[in-house]
Amino acid sequence: MSDTHAQSVAFVRDTMLPEQAPPVSEAGVVKWMRENLFPGPVNALLTILAIYFVYKIVAGALPWFWNGVWTTSSLAECREVLNGATGGCFSVLTERWNQLLFGFKYPSEQYWRPLSAFILLVVAVAPVLFFSLPRKMLIFTGLYPFLAYWLIWGGTILAPLFGLIGLVVAFMVFRRVEGRGFATAALAGLVTAVVVWWLGGLLAAALPGALALDPVPSRDMGGFMLNMILGTVCVSLSLPIGILLALGRQSHMPIIKWICVVFIEFIRGVPLITLLFVANVVLSYFFPPETNLDLIIRVIIMITAFASAYIAEVIRGGLAALPRGQYEAADSLGLDYAQSMRLIILPQALKISIPGIVNVAVGLFKDTTLVSVISMFDLVGMIRGPILASTEWNGVYWELWGFAVVTFFVVCYGISQYSQWLERQLQRDHH
Amino acid sequence: MATYSDPPAESFRLSQLISDTRYRSYTFQFVALIALFALVGYLLSNLAQNLAEAGLNISYAFLREPAGYDINQSLIDYNSQSTHLRAAVVGVLNTLLVAVLGCAMATVIGVVVGVLRLSPNWLIRKLMAVYVEIFRNVPVLIWILIIMAIFTAVLPQPRDFRGDNAEASMLWDMFAFTGRGFYSPKPLFGPGSAVVVAVFFASIAGIFAYRRYVKKKLFDEGKLLPMFWPSVGLLFIPAIVAFFVMGRPITMEYPELGGFNFRGGIFARNSLISLWFALSIYTAAFIAENVRAGILAISRGQTEAAASLGLRPNRIMSLVILPQALRVVIPPVISQYLNLTKNSSLAIAVGYMDLTGTLGGITLNQTGRAIECVLLLMLFYLTISLAISTIMNAYNNAMKLKER
Repeated sequence: MSDTHAQSVAFVRDTMLPEQAPPVSEAGVVKWMRENLFPGPVNALLTILAIYFVYKIVAGALPWFWNGVWTTSSLAECREVLNGATGGCFSVLTERWNQLLFGFKYPSEQYWRPLSAFILLVVAVAPVLFFSLPRKMLIFTGLYPFLAYWLIWGGTILAPLFGLIGLVVAFMVFRRVEGRGFATAALAGLVTAVVVWWLGGLLAAALPGALALDPVPSRDMGGFMLNMILGTVCVSLSLPIGILLALGRQSHMPIIKWICVVFIEFIRGVPLITLLFVANVVLSYFFPPETNLDLIIRVIIMITAFASAYIAEVIRGGLAALPRGQYEAADSLGLDYAQSMRLIILPQALKISIPGIVNVAVGLFKDTTLVSVISMFDLVGMIRGPILASTEWNGVYWELWGFAVVTFFVVCYGISQYSQWLERQLQRDHH
Repeated sequence: MATYSDPPAESFRLSQLISDTRYRSYTFQFVALIALFALVGYLLSNLAQNLAEAGLNISYAFLREPAGYDINQSLIDYNSQSTHLRAAVVGVLNTLLVAVLGCAMATVIGVVVGVLRLSPNWLIRKLMAVYVEIFRNVPVLIWILIIMAIFTAVLPQPRDFRGDNAEASMLWDMFAFTGRGFYSPKPLFGPGSAVVVAVFFASIAGIFAYRRYVKKKLFDEGKLLPMFWPSVGLLFIPAIVAFFVMGRPITMEYPELGGFNFRGGIFARNSLISLWFALSIYTAAFIAENVRAGILAISRGQTEAAASLGLRPNRIMSLVILPQALRVVIPPVISQYLNLTKNSSLAIAVGYMDLTGTLGGITLNQTGRAIECVLLLMLFYLTISLAISTIMNAYNNAMKLKER
């Protein structure tokens, strides 16, 4: 064959050409830039504008950080040190650090207590967040709320101790009576807990000095600590309440369903700030005259009610997303309502609801700043009130608000990144 | 011959109320109802007792008393001799004002950012992601306070506009951005301006009529008439002609520096502006995420199918992608509007007199009628959110995919 062609065709290639490098514009950085930064005239213009914008911000912020003053004790001193140069007076953060974290009334020699409560919080939350940690750590998580209460508020250890004992005894009674039905067992557990708490209350009142830390009244709490307290307490309390409300709203019993619907829709229809007004000026009218609830407790009640309504809606979404077959399968196994919910439905529904629950938790944590409006001194309240109004630091906006932004961003962004990670971990089907 | 074995004659035993699933739900509901009544009764009796001890009663008579305080930004006539009720109405209008302005601006920013987050431009995409994450993860109250601080501290004061060598100058001699607020020209409607306005609205109606006509022509006869330029012409030309025919009845009143402050024009206080900006850019970050999710929810196959039918890119967008994406985007965006409206109650932090500032703030503090004020406040927000969710449900039902 090739012989015949040898006469008719001038040239026949019989070897492969060596591969050539792609043109410069189609390879490496140039290609990436062409495709991602300058795909067309409009985009090229946008890119240049964006680069200019970023340059402006960096050029403005860098010297401000670089020349920052960290050690003066007032704005006037800081301006003197700066001597006209651009620079941040970060010394407001160092000088008022404790106020920003703990508020301005928490006794300074006791700062170790909220600090250790915070560190222990990390230890207590870790096994809940990361399943690979040893499960025994959950015991400490169970003890933590009582320990934290004792550390932050002080007083005798008997009060939180009996709170814990009440719960443990109630749980044991519940397990013992569980065979007689869930409702009976729950009622028995509740009665036991109330009895133990009542006895414990008497004992704690009789022995106020047993293993006591200096008591710190609630109104002395402040700073970022207050945001953390409100956030963690209200989220943890609103989870179980939210689950109950969601189940109630799904219930076939019309009265229970409507109680839950009215509660949820009412709470979701009003802004949190009106609920905080309720906590501030109205709620005490609804308690017996002799009770004198702290503002912080009234606020916790209202924020918890607020958060549980939102969490209930998220969980309702999760319940609705479960295929009907799951409910029917649980019924056909002969499980009663409580068992089927606990063993079949809720584990799946809660898993679906995790992103939503985390959203609510982040939103709630952000909303704890609203308490500054009803003159509680959380981080925002501290900045607006005692710090910006003081003669030393009147006019230091950027440093303080920048600190607040960074603090909240780190916490909230961290939580949402965690939830995305958890979603990937919990993925059981293959995509 | 059939034998019947009758079920054993059932006699109702009391224990069935607990053990029989047929009756148990009645027991539970009864117990729940009793518990609810007991709780409400307990709370109300406490309330009655507390009120009696404090010598108070529940009465809304204070609404008709003169308020005695000034409101610096009001859409209707108001002075300190007006009633508390009127102050509350001023507050309601201010709340609605900032909510409507905020929703409009948040939608514009949110849609732009949401689309840009999917842009092929890497830098723009990342910048938008940074914007969304920063604003979503920091409390809106902090943003409101920061923007308020920027406006008061960074923008020039009215006195800086003074003199020949002023530090600050007005934009086109029409707009002034000062630390106290923004000034802009105000249209003055002279006699005969009603005709111009009427012509303008008539031409808007005309545009819709023309569009219907074009569509009908397209569907019936297959003729595609031009749409854009005729619409633009229809919008402006009749109104401008009417404006000159009637002898230029609408004039502008420009803000002018007089004394220590600007006079004339429309004045928007910096509390309104900063609240508006902060709410819009905060909510826009959420809307951007909804828009992005909505566009991503439409599978590529839709675009490709439309393209293979021979549709041009802008028609693919308007006839295939957008109608489907809107179905996904609109419900969450409406609930963001609701959030924005509820967040506007934070106006109290910057001193903008919305309903929370008037009824829930000064009126409450002056009259001491905490329960009544907070109740009215909640009722107002509840009405708004129930109204919006009714609209949303109607919309969802209308837009629901009609399956089988």
